[in-house]
Amino acid sequence: MSDIIQKVKNLSIGFKSKKGEEILILKNISTKIKKGETVGIVGESGSGKSTLALAMMGYVKHGLYTIGGECEFNSSNLLNMKSKDLEKIRGRKIAMIPQNAGQALTPNLKIGYQIDEALQLHSDLSEKEREKKISELLNKVRLPSPETIALRYPHELSGGQQQRVAVAMALAGTPDLLLLDEPTTGLDVTTQAHVLELLNFIAKDTGTSMVYVSHDLGAIAQVSDRIIVMYSGEIVLEGPSRDILKRPIHPYTHGLLKSIPKLSLAGLPESMPGSQPQPGIIQSGCSFFDRCNFSEDKCKNNSPQLEFLKELNTSVRCFNYEKLLKESQFNQNVNKIKNNSNDKEILNLSEVSISYAKQKLLDQIFNRISDDNPTVKDININIKKGETIALVGESGSGKSTILKSIAGLLRTKDGLIRFDENRNLSSDLKERNPNDLRIIQLIFQNPDESLNPNHTVEEIIAQPLKLYFGLKGEELNKNIIDLLQKVRLGEFYMSRYPRQLSGGEKQRVAVARAFAAKPDIILCDEVTSALDVSVQAAVLNLLQQLKEDFGTTYIFVSHDLAVVRAISDRVAVLYQGRLCEVGPSNDVYKFPSHPYTEVLLGAVLEPDPDIKPKLVAEDIVEEKPPEKGCSFQGRCSRIVGDICKKEIPPWQLTDSGNAIRCHIPIKELQKEQF
Amino acid sequence: MKVNSIYKEEKKSAFQKVSEVIITMASRPSGFIGLSILVFHIILAFISPYIAPYDFKAINPTLMLQAPSAEYWFGTDDLGRDVFTRTILGGRTALTITFFGSLIALLWGGLLGIFCGLVGGKIDDIVMRIVDAFLSIPWILAMLLIVSLLGTSTEVLIPALGFFYGKGIVRVARAATHDVIAKDFIVSARARGHSNFSIIWNEIIPNVRDAILVEGAMRWSWMLLGFSSLSFLGFGVSPPTPDWGLMISNARGLMSFAYWAVIAPIVGLSSLIIGINLTADAFAKALGIDRSTKAPV
Repeated sequence: MSDIIQKVKNLSIGFKSKKGEEILILKNISTKIKKGETVGIVGESGSGKSTLALAMMGYVKHGLYTIGGECEFNSSNLLNMKSKDLEKIRGRKIAMIPQNAGQALTPNLKIGYQIDEALQLHSDLSEKEREKKISELLNKVRLPSPETIALRYPHELSGGQQQRVAVAMALAGTPDLLLLDEPTTGLDVTTQAHVLELLNFIAKDTGTSMVYVSHDLGAIAQVSDRIIVMYSGEIVLEGPSRDILKRPIHPYTHGLLKSIPKLSLAGLPESMPGSQPQPGIIQSGCSFFDRCNFSEDKCKNNSPQLEFLKELNTSVRCFNYEKLLKESQFNQNVNKIKNNSNDKEILNLSEVSISYAKQKLLDQIFNRISDDNPTVKDININIKKGETIALVGESGSGKSTILKSIAGLLRTKDGLIRFDENRNLSSDLKERNPNDLRIIQLIFQNPDESLNPNHTVEEIIAQPLKLYFGLKGEELNKNIIDLLQKVRLGEFYMSRYPRQLSGGEKQRVAVARAFAAKPDIILCDEVTSALDVSVQAAVLNLLQQLKEDFGTTYIFVSHDLAVVRAISDRVAVLYQGRLCEVGPSNDVYKFPSHPYTEVLLGAVLEPDPDIKPKLVAEDIVEEKPPEKGCSFQGRCSRIVGDICKKEIPPWQLTDSGNAIRCHIPIKELQKEQF
Repeated sequence: MKVNSIYKEEKKSAFQKVSEVIITMASRPSGFIGLSILVFHIILAFISPYIAPYDFKAINPTLMLQAPSAEYWFGTDDLGRDVFTRTILGGRTALTITFFGSLIALLWGGLLGIFCGLVGGKIDDIVMRIVDAFLSIPWILAMLLIVSLLGTSTEVLIPALGFFYGKGIVRVARAATHDVIAKDFIVSARARGHSNFSIIWNEIIPNVRDAILVEGAMRWSWMLLGFSSLSFLGFGVSPPTPDWGLMISNARGLMSFAYWAVIAPIVGLSSLIIGINLTADAFAKALGIDRSTKAPV
């Protein structure tokens, strides 16, 4: 069996709790990695996927220890190897690519020097040869002009370039096995697609085995030959990538795939109830029992074993997989969202520009903002009462900046924000009256940061109630319970602290706090991106339900086009703080579209092996918007000539009422896009 | 939805929280030693007037510089006063003055630091430069000036010490506030339109309280050393009130043949400072315990 490179045998890893109980993070894991194969390990946070990947290079995190089993690499067990011997394997035979390359690269050493260091450690090349090898490696990861990149410092590179450098460093030791821990998670959609494509190429080119750890089934689908699905420290499903994505036979994977929003489907996907149990909670029975739609009585007390199905070449940990096996075709149902917006305009942004530039002394004295090329410029959007409008774009596109100004947290340079057709809202908090503040509420991306860790849920929700309505005592209590019930949390959550809640529960509390103010508009800033996939759909469904009940208007900021597709009525695409396209979401997701929208749509990773991302434009990162002409000129693959560089493109309307800002006539745009 | 039992931790009363912290502190050897020393000194300060075997100011020329004996446990000093009596009484003034001094330092330093951290901008710049300027003045010189102008009464010493040791707390409180104000829950409170006071009281203080308390505890031991230095120089407590600094100063010349008169107050002073330091360390660890023992999942 020489083609097996890594063998994990009955591996259990755990820690001792304060009470001295042994709590398992990994439960009896066995798997094999073949030569040249790419294996994707997928699971939610806390499922043990990173612990497994680290164990594969003989590393156990501080505080954890191996309870049993082994990780065999070239028939020697890494877990009881001396650190001297491990040094010889790590980097040379097994290399690791971390999630955040920006933090993994030493900030004060040049890129070339850092790669050279890796080469010195892991190869026996002479200085001359190493120099050649460095530019070879940088070339291989497709970094432009390797000679100049080698002389740069990490902070001079973009996130995608840093990740490429990390890949180059990992390849320096010509490893047999490459471990990748969420290598594309922090990157923009377009960059992510490019890095994945690079990894695919490297896997084929060098024949290196890869273990790709991610929570993102979309990314996993693009790279892996085989998928391992982990849940609560166990392998629940393992098999060929295509079969798992097309015909998931474990209820968890089945539910997970159903709850992921897809570009091709408008509407909210079904959500999975509950969340993954904390380690050490489940003593007996199937760990997925609580959330399972297929569970029976026997699942409660008996733990299913991982069963190998020869005809499918798949292992599954479930008593009832046959039920799913019989479902010949995997179908995803979505609940079409109701568009209950009326024609009444609730918020109007006209000619809004926002600048981050440091102001000169004179301007500071006169309390004015001057900047010829502001970060956000010429934003004109009409928002109707009751609709969900999404602002979409990569990082740096100004979407969160616009939200901040609407909330009054950031002063605008020019332009007006008008509420309810006739009331002007200042972008300065101090000039807004309490009612102006009440009508607009915010929900943030990361509930860990948006909830005060030293307040109980009760105190958190009470704040807006006390501030805006002056509620006290019994009435306050009643309102809090009422709000908790609206976000499907029980009364007993009142005395809990945020740290005692799961990610999804925290975000529900944040939603309850926003609704406590009885706002007309809620600004949602990437509200689902910090949540686990299986929880995301539930939160989206909740938001939609609340919107229908209260007639609230949402301004929804996200980088995830599939999520936006699921929840929004209208979409505005932004690039470098300028609008590119605005229209009903059905039309924005259909061609013809702005070249930038086309790039974004092409780069979306779907959990489907048949849908490959289309890489249209380069993933360059532009620091500043161009001073003249179209904002997208730097990356556009369809530039028509000088006009794009000199003149700001006009708005063009499509038949369905979709506005596109491009010099190319709509008919022409459509030709190449279908 | 089923509720995980790990989350079934109910809200605790303030008393429960404090006792939990103390138990955690005492569970480490260094914390236990520190706490025991501190508690011992505090109890001693309370009961010493009642257990002192002799009158602390009774001068007896016939008993000058007696070596320790069954009658005079720690011997006698150059005026024939009982060193044991004076030692167990000698910590009272120092402990009281520095305790209240630290409270004042904690209060003004903490609040000013939080305020500067929150408002930022020009006000922050100006206040912090003033604090820097004060930090650059050798405190002992400034203290001597104040003491020689206003006298050495308790009413002067407490605020003067409180002021000089609060400067350092301003910096710590400001830094801790900076960590917190970047968080979204502050942005959220601002966007809702809460007043600065409400933001400080409800959102910031609960999150920086621990850091400031630990810093205050460290300052206490520094202040104790500072106060004893003043006494040593003759600007603290006036004789014949027993005080460690004063006792060390009086007896240091006789060290070569009457070591007991100087050793006893030194042991008293240094053990108290070590006790406070160890306690402050254990306190910091006990408060940070959530992070270090959390399951590394």
